[in-house]
Amino acid sequence: MPNWYARITGVGSSLRQALVIPALALLSALVIAAFIIAVTDVDTLPIWGTDPGEAFRLTIGGIGDAYKALFVGSFGSVRAITETLFAATPLIFAGLAVAVGFQAGLFNIGVNGQMHIGGMAALWVGFSIAAPAIIHIPLAILAAIAGGALWGGIAGLLRARTGAHEVITTIMLNFIALFLVDYLLKTTVFQQPGRNDPISQKAASTAEFPTLIGDYRVQIGFLIALAAVGAVWWLMYRSTIGFEFRAVGSNPDGGKYAGINVAWIYVTVMAVSGALGGIAGANQILGLEPYRGISNFAGTIGFDAIALALLGRSHPVGVLFAGLLFGALRAGGREMQGAAGIPIDLVLVVQALVIVFIAAPSLVRAIYRIKTPEQEGGTTFSKGWGA
Amino acid sequence: MKLELKGITKQFPGVLANDNVNLSVAEGEIVALLGENGAGKSTLMNILYGLYTPTSGEVLIDDKPLELHSPGDAIAAGIGMVHQHFMLVPVFTVAENVILGDEPTKRIGWLDARRARKMVKEISGRYSLDVDPDAIIEDLPVGIEQRVEIIKVLAREARFVVFDEPTSVLTPTEVEGFFEIVAGLKADGKGIIFISHKLGEALEIADRIVIMRRGKTVAEVLPEEVDEEKLAELMVGRPVDLVVHREKAKPADVVLSVENLVVLDDRTQRAVDGLSFEVRAGEIVGIAGVQGNGQTELVESLTGLRTSLGGVVRLNGEDITTKSPRAIHKRNVAHVPEDRQRSGLVLPFTVTENIVLDSYYEAPVSRGVQMNWGAARDRAVRLVEEYDVRTPSVDVLVSTLSGGNQQKVIVAREFDRDVALVIASQPTRGIDVGSIEYIHSRIVQERDNQSAVLIVSSELDEILALSDRILVMFEGKIAGEFDSSATPTEIGLAMLGSQGGLEAS
Repeated sequence: MPNWYARITGVGSSLRQALVIPALALLSALVIAAFIIAVTDVDTLPIWGTDPGEAFRLTIGGIGDAYKALFVGSFGSVRAITETLFAATPLIFAGLAVAVGFQAGLFNIGVNGQMHIGGMAALWVGFSIAAPAIIHIPLAILAAIAGGALWGGIAGLLRARTGAHEVITTIMLNFIALFLVDYLLKTTVFQQPGRNDPISQKAASTAEFPTLIGDYRVQIGFLIALAAVGAVWWLMYRSTIGFEFRAVGSNPDGGKYAGINVAWIYVTVMAVSGALGGIAGANQILGLEPYRGISNFAGTIGFDAIALALLGRSHPVGVLFAGLLFGALRAGGREMQGAAGIPIDLVLVVQALVIVFIAAPSLVRAIYRIKTPEQEGGTTFSKGWGA
Repeated sequence: MKLELKGITKQFPGVLANDNVNLSVAEGEIVALLGENGAGKSTLMNILYGLYTPTSGEVLIDDKPLELHSPGDAIAAGIGMVHQHFMLVPVFTVAENVILGDEPTKRIGWLDARRARKMVKEISGRYSLDVDPDAIIEDLPVGIEQRVEIIKVLAREARFVVFDEPTSVLTPTEVEGFFEIVAGLKADGKGIIFISHKLGEALEIADRIVIMRRGKTVAEVLPEEVDEEKLAELMVGRPVDLVVHREKAKPADVVLSVENLVVLDDRTQRAVDGLSFEVRAGEIVGIAGVQGNGQTELVESLTGLRTSLGGVVRLNGEDITTKSPRAIHKRNVAHVPEDRQRSGLVLPFTVTENIVLDSYYEAPVSRGVQMNWGAARDRAVRLVEEYDVRTPSVDVLVSTLSGGNQQKVIVAREFDRDVALVIASQPTRGIDVGSIEYIHSRIVQERDNQSAVLIVSSELDEILALSDRILVMFEGKIAGEFDSSATPTEIGLAMLGSQGGLEAS
């Protein structure tokens, strides 16, 4: 029963559970991260031997400063909030991409590749045509959707036609996309004239995503992300094809019995998922400085998205909030590094810990003595992937 | 020697699974424990086997309380269990399986394979089980696998043996062989608890019958005092009609015709091997047979879920051999699938979503690309009422319903149309008597509405109760055709194939 969320977490679907486990996972992650701050504080460590009281005071102070900076940097001012929204934008698109896959029983690890292909398509539209922004931006986004859908669809087609597992094919397609981007950036079509390194021409100013408030970086991409949340919600819960997605995702045999063309669903799901990834890619080129394509411009967003979809329970609204949380960690992490001298990598540690706890809800339940829900939902990885 | 469960109460959150249950078995005695699914039999046995700790009450042997915290404790106390689903390692030999978990070793941990084989031979001989210690489990028929489980229990020197639904996987002939084995165990002084929901079997072999209902022991009777009707009434709590009442069939035109059908199974073996038959409107044709003789593949092929290698399937004269499941569904074929949880339902979906599972794309449930959940819910509410599905609401997950109610959801969904052909596979497997009664009456009703009905079941009783005509499938072919007056013995022989005597295999 490859409902990935249930398989990975073994959690049922009540709202209380939906909120309690992620919240406690986040809390646990912050506690452990505090411990890490303490033991990596090289200035304070030697003092523990001579003056434990002072060392304790310094450590608590350090942790307090770090978390305060994290908060101030993410929600403490208008700038901080806009930075949070700015950082959340691509994460929401990419998280939705993974969530759609999860709901249909497919594990799309290839958002990274879909971002690269979609982003390059948007970039090409961005510099090669001249049009007013009202036309240019939608065209660029459509190109990104097409590119991402194509790249995701390939994995779907391979699954449908040959049974090749999408986990494998999407990872491989990531590498192909990554190096394809590097290659394209050095072709005359894309490369900035006069440059030797892999960097593209700048997109036309009409293709740049306009900012929302003054000179803050948050741009129209965030509004598009909100619209995408609504669209995905409609798709999954209100459309007939979403019903097919979810039926196949929860029980492929049941879907087949119900007359659903399961192979076709795999292709469609991967295309939809890839399209969302493609928009995330467009956002990473047309939504921020320098509005150019560079090597590996998708960064780790495509992978953070997996964590995000899990945290958001594969529900579009959950993904929205998980995206905002991860965005806040990003934005606040920079402040934490600047003001409290804690490396921004700690944010990655927090993210990773959240996922560990989300993926092991029985661990969270054990720590916080939460009763196991009265249902058989304990299907976890131990049951195997192949079934 | 006497094994006794005294005042056992087991409270789960929200459910009182066992309520002051008393049960005892003496050596050389066979006690049948009867009850519907959910009556608390399994909980009681899990307590006896050390898997659950009772909320109150105790397990005693000869009035000495036992401390049972794990199956190991139960085994040490001389309690053995033969589970409904065998716990054998398929790639190991019989001897290896028997010693698994309690391996005899020589010095420095060498496995004493010879002693294991000797032990299997000795036990097999003593109870005439006729099991080869060197056979690989996956090559053995189910009946022999069960004997391996019995040897496992005996090898651990059990004095009391619990059999959990032991006959549900056996053919009629194997059942007879099993009863002989049980009689042998009894003669040897073993105390036996026989869990079942089959009334006839309990009457046949038990010395005493204990009946559980809703977590309580509601009656304890001697087989000579009661008959099946009385037992069913005690089990269900109301008078039950065990006979399916139906008029004589009035077969009309041929609806389904199958000619020389050949279907491969997943291992590309010919599971269905040149099968031909017809089903007419207004008749019920039952396909009997031991499971694994091609019935699954036949049904999958008829419903479009599996492509056939050869032959023609016609529905009202139209060739539907290569049609998709949806195309066949659209031609008003109702399909109650063999395994309701694997393919008939999407368990994490609500009752409403399952009610529209194969018609979600049709108006009024869909408006083009958009679902009309209001219309879907209305239909679910109507069908839940009409088909007596016991559910708190149509918005709960179907996984929270009992097996019988899950099956009624499927039956409601499939029959709520102008059905031309019903294909029902194991329509009442593992569900309660009340639901069986209801689903049987619905199937007969479909027949009386001039639908053609094809029933596939490994329960001979069910085939006999419903069918106007009976076909027996053996190794992908029809091994016999009977009318509704056939006896179980005749059919049972045909179920073993033309050779007629595969000697309890």
